[in-house]
Amino acid sequence: MSQFYTTTDHFTIVPALMLALFGCAILLFDFLVFPDPRQRKFLIVFVALAEGFTGYALYHQAAFLAANGLSEIAGFQGSVTIDGFGIFFNWIFVAAAMIVALVSYKYLEISGEHHGEYYSLILFAQCGMFFLATGTDLVTLFIGLELMALCFYVMVGFLRTDKRSNEAAMKYLLLGAFSSGFLVYGFSVMYGISGSTKLADITAAIAARPPWDPVVFLALATTSVGLLFKISAAPFHMWAPDAYEGAPTTVTAYLSVASKAASIAFLLRIFLGPLGSAREVWEPILAFVAVLTMTIGNLAAINQTNIKRLLAYSSISHAGYMLLGLVAGNTTGINGVAVYIMVYTFMNLGAFLVIVALRRQNIIGEDLDDIAGLMQKSPGYAILMLIFLLSLAGIPPTAGFLGKYYIFLALIQTGHYTLAVIATLYVAVAIYYYFKVVRSMFTREVTEKAPLASSFGLRLAVGVAGALTLGIGLYPEPFLRLAQTSVLR
Amino acid sequence: MDQHLLSIVLFTPLAGLAVLLCLPARNHNLIRVWANLVGAAGFLISIPLVTRFRAATPGFQFEERADWIPSLGAHYHLGMDGISLLLVMLTTLVGFLAVLSSWRAIDDRVKGYYAMFMLLQTGMLGVFLSLDFFLFYIFWELVLVPMYFIIGIWGGPRKLYAAIKFFLYTLAGSVLMLLGILTLYFEHFRQFGSYTFEIADLMKINLPLNLQEWVFWAFFLGFAIKVPMFPFHTWLPDAHVEAPTAGSVILASVLLKMGTYGFIRFSLPLLPKASADQTIVQILAVLSIIGIVYGALVSLMQQDWKKLVAYSSVSHLGFCTLGIFALNPNGLAGSVIQQVNHGISTGMLFLVIGIVYERRHTREISEYGGLAHVMPKFAVIFAIAMLSSAGLPLLNGFVGEFTILQGAFEANRIWAACAVMGVILGAAYLLWLYQRTMLGQVTNGKNLLIPDMSLREIAVFLPLIAWAVWIGIYPKPYFDVLRQPVSEIVERVRPGYFAAQAARAPSPPVASRVALPQGGGR
Repeated sequence: MSQFYTTTDHFTIVPALMLALFGCAILLFDFLVFPDPRQRKFLIVFVALAEGFTGYALYHQAAFLAANGLSEIAGFQGSVTIDGFGIFFNWIFVAAAMIVALVSYKYLEISGEHHGEYYSLILFAQCGMFFLATGTDLVTLFIGLELMALCFYVMVGFLRTDKRSNEAAMKYLLLGAFSSGFLVYGFSVMYGISGSTKLADITAAIAARPPWDPVVFLALATTSVGLLFKISAAPFHMWAPDAYEGAPTTVTAYLSVASKAASIAFLLRIFLGPLGSAREVWEPILAFVAVLTMTIGNLAAINQTNIKRLLAYSSISHAGYMLLGLVAGNTTGINGVAVYIMVYTFMNLGAFLVIVALRRQNIIGEDLDDIAGLMQKSPGYAILMLIFLLSLAGIPPTAGFLGKYYIFLALIQTGHYTLAVIATLYVAVAIYYYFKVVRSMFTREVTEKAPLASSFGLRLAVGVAGALTLGIGLYPEPFLRLAQTSVLR
Repeated sequence: MDQHLLSIVLFTPLAGLAVLLCLPARNHNLIRVWANLVGAAGFLISIPLVTRFRAATPGFQFEERADWIPSLGAHYHLGMDGISLLLVMLTTLVGFLAVLSSWRAIDDRVKGYYAMFMLLQTGMLGVFLSLDFFLFYIFWELVLVPMYFIIGIWGGPRKLYAAIKFFLYTLAGSVLMLLGILTLYFEHFRQFGSYTFEIADLMKINLPLNLQEWVFWAFFLGFAIKVPMFPFHTWLPDAHVEAPTAGSVILASVLLKMGTYGFIRFSLPLLPKASADQTIVQILAVLSIIGIVYGALVSLMQQDWKKLVAYSSVSHLGFCTLGIFALNPNGLAGSVIQQVNHGISTGMLFLVIGIVYERRHTREISEYGGLAHVMPKFAVIFAIAMLSSAGLPLLNGFVGEFTILQGAFEANRIWAACAVMGVILGAAYLLWLYQRTMLGQVTNGKNLLIPDMSLREIAVFLPLIAWAVWIGIYPKPYFDVLRQPVSEIVERVRPGYFAAQAARAPSPPVASRVALPQGGGR
């Protein structure tokens, strides 16, 4: 019997401890120190501290791996594994959570729902994401998933007096619970096959069976439903447009980026680990799902007039592209998924942040009409939005191009020429609806005179997202190297 | 200085853009002055390229190379040969004149307008200078965005439709081209074990014919849509008609050349077997000839002045692609010269339209008539532009078309016979246009009072006219500059071509006197 809580165990979960600690601290300080709602924006300092300590811990973990030439550190008898993959994804969560926290206070003040719990929910959700990216045990992973999802159920419905927000939360909760059920069912089958909840044991047990084994297929099918739901892949994407539209825009940004990144990490862990030996079974299924996802996402986005819905469908189609990286399955493809999710984080956050700025007193600011003439009113935001949209479409020299580049290259390397052609042609479809937004911003006259709700945090966050979206595109080398550390071995 | 000459030329517009963004948006005249200064500087800075260029040197000159993204094998690699020299000079000159011609035409969002032109200028120069496929692709796509805005914001009544059509059409072609590029990139890895986007390295890979054909068609879609070749030309009339004058000028003079340049620089040398494949050559030649004749016939029927010139571009660019796929020195050299010619003469024709449009705000040919009485200076300039486009000897168009036809004749007499029809029809629609708008009595009272051209407007035309006359009377320097790169390409696509020519002819043809590079490329 090994020791219960060793130093190694502690070392592996320090980032999560920091997040949980500061999350609790915010709950306390909120009503002890900041009784005046206008002071609550200072809670961002706590978030910044939490992210600082988390980042510091991650940095140490990465340095420890590099210094000792290790590829991973296992904690809690292999329930949590710190490797390049987990650290890379956690960097994304840190960036996303920090940016979202920075922009939230103004938005929530305008919406009249500025409560301290919001910030602790951000941190608790991130804590769940930590375990999704680093967990190597079914129970750890599931707890991580539920922790993240529960926080999001609350955050999506954070605007208590807004009907859309409530509706979105309810839909998301019901469908999310349902998909979790499928996922756990799949996990139980995996446990049945292997008699263990450790991914390594399950991998060995499944590899010992033929890929077309019916029990393995049952595990594969049910687990996939849960996973595909979380990354909003078709045909399990229905929740996304409603949840994205109804949620407070800051939460939408967080949901669309961090939750998706964590779910992708989770999906890669499961598909490349336990289900890796059944590749010949799931590869065609995922290829079909990817094409369906891109088709539905891109075609449905064309007719949207609400920008948040439009971006929701666009984010569905991005899930399709990321799945294609997994379908290709070689190093380039998996590395491509990491690069894709990294650039997606900044460009998608950026696009949603511009919509956050459009929310003003009495103006919801989510329609194509609301963004009309933005170029005259606020050229800085308009140009940044243009960069984000070009990047989302994958036009060089923006970062989004690199994500697509890796996916296309991986498809060509593995001989998936048809998929490559389909994926490239959808770039042209995507540009059509992204440019509906651009057209509204640049060629229409201003319909809404009220100035944008700009705050220092928002300007800083949009600026950072814009600089990274353009910077990664122009000089990607350091970022690509960072992503290369993430390849699962 | 010489090592960084190309970078300086390439980034002058971008530096100008950086300063422009700091200028106050309200002060239109300051912005105009600055934009014209940047345009003039861009042209002046590119002049040393001509004086320092050595026509007899094989390979690329003024090369610059630096690592850019080592993990992808992408480099910042610029270089120039005779073909890019001509197109770069065309770009810097026409880019400047387009800015100059916009002084009075644009009053709305002046700052954004000139900013877009500067960005566009860098993009186009980058396309002609890049020797790394990744870099090339970035510039290639970079061009789309400013052009979209130039059409979509400052264009005519159907501008939004035209702009998005232009964008989607060319984007669809370019992303498929990207797949072709990635295939070559991956093949290089398979054969040599390293990833690189260097054109010179990609030329070393040994591709089987059928893979070359696939990649060829992928490139074809990217380039043919840009040219545009016959079945893919439908975006062009819309974009040309709706774009503001300067936008049409840049679009016709430079942007379309990116497609033909792509064929010459990438399709032929990288995919020599596919490019020399008889089926492919036949298909491309037939498409070119259809483009020549169809473009000319459609031009004949146009009621809209600008649309007529737009369709004439389809016809003229057909000559350029026909020359390329004649795959002999005359055809290729003629094609490049014709590309420059088309840039000069069609640029002038669009400027001509801009001048009457600024005065009358209509492009209906029937609205005009007898303008020569009211605008004598304009009549002379229009006549020169029209004749240069129609291919009158002693003006530039003749030299290009003649050389292309010579090359086509050498390759296949039937092609030449069909293409000649385009010359005749070209003369017909242009002369008829001139007759309907300029000659006879003034039938429409509104035309009686329009002022003749101002000094600034004439100044826009003078360099172009001078250039047209120079090429028409003394084209030798152009052929000299082109001989080396063209013979390298021909030797690459049809190995042994010059040896066979030398064996057949008693006196060696001019081209075989050129020193052929060893192995081709850098």
